[in-house]
Amino acid sequence: MMAGCLLAVQPAFGNLPDPSQMPNMFRPASTHANSIVQLSIFVLIITALIFVVVFSLLTYSIVKFRKRADDDGREPAPVYGSNQVELAWTVIPGLIVLVLFFATARVIHAIQGARKPAGAIEVIAIGHQFWWEFRYPSLGVVTANELHVPSSDPSHPTPTFITLLSADTDHSFWIPRLAGKTDLIPNRVNHMWIDPNETGIFVGQCAQYCGTQHAKMLLRVYVDAPDQFKQWVQGQTKPAHLTNEVIEGRRIFETTACINCHAVSGTVADGHFGPDLTHLMSRDTIASGAAPNTTENLRLWIQDPDAIKPGSLMPAMKLNERDLDAVTTYLETLR
Amino acid sequence: MAARSITLTAEVSQPIGTTLHDWVVTVDHKKLGILYILYALVFLLIGGIEATIVRVQLMVPNNHFVSPQVFNRLFTMHGTTMIFFVAMPILFGFANYLIPLMIGTRDMAFPRLNAWSFWLTAFGGLLLYFSFIGGNGLYGAGNAPDVGWFAYAPLTATTFSLGHSTDFWTLGLLVSGFGSIGTAINILATIICLRCPGMTLGKMPLLAWMNLVTAAMVLLAISPLTAAQIMLSLDRFLGAHFFDTQAGGSAVLWMHFFWIFGHPEVYVLVLPAFAFASEIIPVFSRKPIFGYPVMVAATIAIGFVGFSVWAHHMFTVGMNSYANSFFTITTMVIGIPTGIKIFNWIGTMWGGKIAFKTPMLFCIAFLFQFLIAGLTGIMLSAAPFDWQLGNSYFVVAHFHYVIVGGILFTLFAAFYYWFPKMSGRMYNETLGKWHFWLFLIGFHLTFDFMHIPGLLGMPRRIYTYEAGRGWDIWNLICTIGVFFQIVATLLFIGSLLWSYFNGKAAGNDPWDAWTLEWSTSSPPTEYNFAQIPVVKSRRPLWDIKHPEDPDWKYE
Amino acid sequence: MNSQAILLSSSSPELVWKLPSRGHVGMLSLIAAELAIFTIFVVAYLFYIGKSLTGPMPKDVLEVPIFATICLLSSSWTIHVAVKALQNGRLRTFGAWWFVTMSLGFIFLVETGREWHHLIFEKGLTISTNLFGTTYYSLVGLHAFHVVVGLIGIAIAMILILLGKVKKEHSERADVFSLYWHFVDVVWIVVFTVVYIIGR
Repeated sequence: MMAGCLLAVQPAFGNLPDPSQMPNMFRPASTHANSIVQLSIFVLIITALIFVVVFSLLTYSIVKFRKRADDDGREPAPVYGSNQVELAWTVIPGLIVLVLFFATARVIHAIQGARKPAGAIEVIAIGHQFWWEFRYPSLGVVTANELHVPSSDPSHPTPTFITLLSADTDHSFWIPRLAGKTDLIPNRVNHMWIDPNETGIFVGQCAQYCGTQHAKMLLRVYVDAPDQFKQWVQGQTKPAHLTNEVIEGRRIFETTACINCHAVSGTVADGHFGPDLTHLMSRDTIASGAAPNTTENLRLWIQDPDAIKPGSLMPAMKLNERDLDAVTTYLETLR
Repeated sequence: MAARSITLTAEVSQPIGTTLHDWVVTVDHKKLGILYILYALVFLLIGGIEATIVRVQLMVPNNHFVSPQVFNRLFTMHGTTMIFFVAMPILFGFANYLIPLMIGTRDMAFPRLNAWSFWLTAFGGLLLYFSFIGGNGLYGAGNAPDVGWFAYAPLTATTFSLGHSTDFWTLGLLVSGFGSIGTAINILATIICLRCPGMTLGKMPLLAWMNLVTAAMVLLAISPLTAAQIMLSLDRFLGAHFFDTQAGGSAVLWMHFFWIFGHPEVYVLVLPAFAFASEIIPVFSRKPIFGYPVMVAATIAIGFVGFSVWAHHMFTVGMNSYANSFFTITTMVIGIPTGIKIFNWIGTMWGGKIAFKTPMLFCIAFLFQFLIAGLTGIMLSAAPFDWQLGNSYFVVAHFHYVIVGGILFTLFAAFYYWFPKMSGRMYNETLGKWHFWLFLIGFHLTFDFMHIPGLLGMPRRIYTYEAGRGWDIWNLICTIGVFFQIVATLLFIGSLLWSYFNGKAAGNDPWDAWTLEWSTSSPPTEYNFAQIPVVKSRRPLWDIKHPEDPDWKYE
Repeated sequence: MNSQAILLSSSSPELVWKLPSRGHVGMLSLIAAELAIFTIFVVAYLFYIGKSLTGPMPKDVLEVPIFATICLLSSSWTIHVAVKALQNGRLRTFGAWWFVTMSLGFIFLVETGREWHHLIFEKGLTISTNLFGTTYYSLVGLHAFHVVVGLIGIAIAMILILLGKVKKEHSERADVFSLYWHFVDVVWIVVFTVVYIIGR
């Protein structure tokens, strides 16, 4: 019944959610997520059957054996037990457990034992309080919060293999339509893979409580068609776009505390505590998905981060209005 | 000659100060049991308020009812409070009250240890709650802990948890943990050493058996938590590195230690609930429990297997496929003895004459609800399914289904069933039924629909969420259900209070039941039994009432 | 009071109802819980062997405490002899062996103190130095804490013995107490093996 609800969710009021924005595990878009759905449906069917049987027994017994109004007050015959019945309802559940276990073990090994094919994209994901750092070591790309991967064609697979690390506390990478979640744990290396078979934007978020702004450590995966992905990589590997019109904003940026945390390639800014801003404007959102990437929001984020994400580790920069405008304009040139 | 009975109200000639003093210094298991229960009820209300605020904040997306900092403290305190200062004390309270009466003895094995354990537990709770008063002080110098009830490392390290909030969590629970171990020792020693003549282990009530296994589990499960908390305190106070990932320490090690406690802990909570069901269902079906030896065996099996499943809370941590498979199968296997119990309860009702009094209503709801809870547990046991469902609202729905739908429902049943014994008065049946139906509706509104956002990708412990992910309507429905539960709970407390003062006299045995506690007066005298009873079967009062057809001929 | 032994009169004159003594059951339960706590510390110790990021390492600084171990383990034997003496009513023998037990336990603690002094001030190893320091001091320290508690109990009993208050009928209590002392010794065997043999 619940699966049925999910495959056709229509809430009664409010904005109709865009189905592609719903992180619905029952609309898988990758082999990994799909094999989980197959197993889940199998498990749901078995548990539903068990439910129907036991529910019926329960309902039958409370209806049939209720005390009637015309009860004669005699005690019913005491029955202390029955070995055959006990055996039956031990053995049958035991067999069900065996069946479920083998079905499950198969999927565990298939997912965790998957080999990395030659065309795989390699990404290192580093969890921070409260944003995601993504590095593509062989492609030379460093970005944050919005992960771009190519779609994967089963005949010529180009899955993305992600190495998961953490810079501080525990986090968890979860995009339900693409894969089950895997945690990012400091001092530990975890691995996962996704092979999306359709293009689009897939949403998710951090799924392991990591502190005050765990709720807004959002995640967006952009599955691009292969040539689109190549274009994106090319754009990301260029050094920072430099123009003379924003000299003032850039000067302020490079001489205040901004560069302690942020990096802009090709300039003196080489901080690693916060997201890399070299291609900030290629992203749709800021603050790890907490707000759309608009001039207003960017300005607000620099001036008063608590207005967007209270408790995040970005400090309010306390710039005057003029400087604020200048820095914002500068950042907006970082395409 | 009438025995002097102890009642909760002060006797006319006794000043209130003397009564209070009696209660504070008592070592009597019945008074301590009631103290545990009252203490837990107060925290039930507090924990409920915390949950209500959480649910109001989550009612609509991007809500601003409370700040993220306050929200994070509330869910941490809600979980910690409900487990350690509601569920455990209330179950220990009933165990304390009932066990000596049901096994035919005068008190627990170590009455002074009993009192010490209660006061330690109580103090632990007060220490935890003192954290709220700590206030915002010097840069987080004190305030309620906000690290989640399982306090994962390294979020609890001094680097990430400034000030002392985490220390209140650690020390409050450390202290109450010693109290729990003390009670467990007492329960074990009482059941093993003080049973009345003729009551072999095979003849004692199932409530005694289940509390025996529970006590053994407490000894072995609370200790790992105690050890881990000592380690965390060494890290935070003396610069040790147990969970310091910068120095090579392991965050996963904390998880293992915590869940080696955390999973058996849920069996510690549920076995006493099973105990209540096993005593109440037979009486209201007018039949002995079906399959007593199998129920005992299943309980012991749960006790053992319960220690082998812990890492199903860690399926997403990156263990290898063999570990994940191992914990999958052990978790599925534990469903077998648990399922057997459900079948035995059905077998008890089968062929009986079921009377739908309030205790039985709650037990019947428990059976349906526990069935569902167990099945969602099976879903979660399949590791790949858990890779999606873990740490989501599906899990939150599952465990509330067990704890509220299973444990709290049987607790309500136990309240109504033994209230006449403890107070000497009958409760009001109409109010009881109102409580039942209102709470049932509220419970299902909140926790049935809570599964859906989990299936749709909503993680837990988030103070707000994005609109348009398909979660909005379900969260609203969950919150609406909370208000039914609030009304029902207030009605429950009001009804018990009213019945305490105005209920009609209950007599010794209002339910025509069969275990030894019903042979004493209501409430029992301080010494329980004028003469220690001698028993020959599992239903000693049945034997007395039916001398032509006693149980010991057939067992 | 010894275990409940009630002779049932009316129906079955031969039936004796004898259940275990609550002191023994209580103490064994406490020991079970304590063993669980120690197990976790031992697991942490074993898990972190070789994982310290900086020195000093065990083989650089640890000296095997043979003398202290002999003292502690013999004290298990001496307490056993003491309890036997009390059970047979030989109060002076009991008091003497009890005193020897106390002394042996005290020597063990002094030796532990000396070892720690050496490690801290001469080798620079503290609980916050590295993972080895953390696990070493916590495991050995937890054990030493249990020895201290045991010694306090023994000392209190010693005072009562000197005041002449301990009699033959208290032998069961002494036996129950000795269970705790034996547990402390068994734990030391495990700690010794883990720290000074496996971990070095």
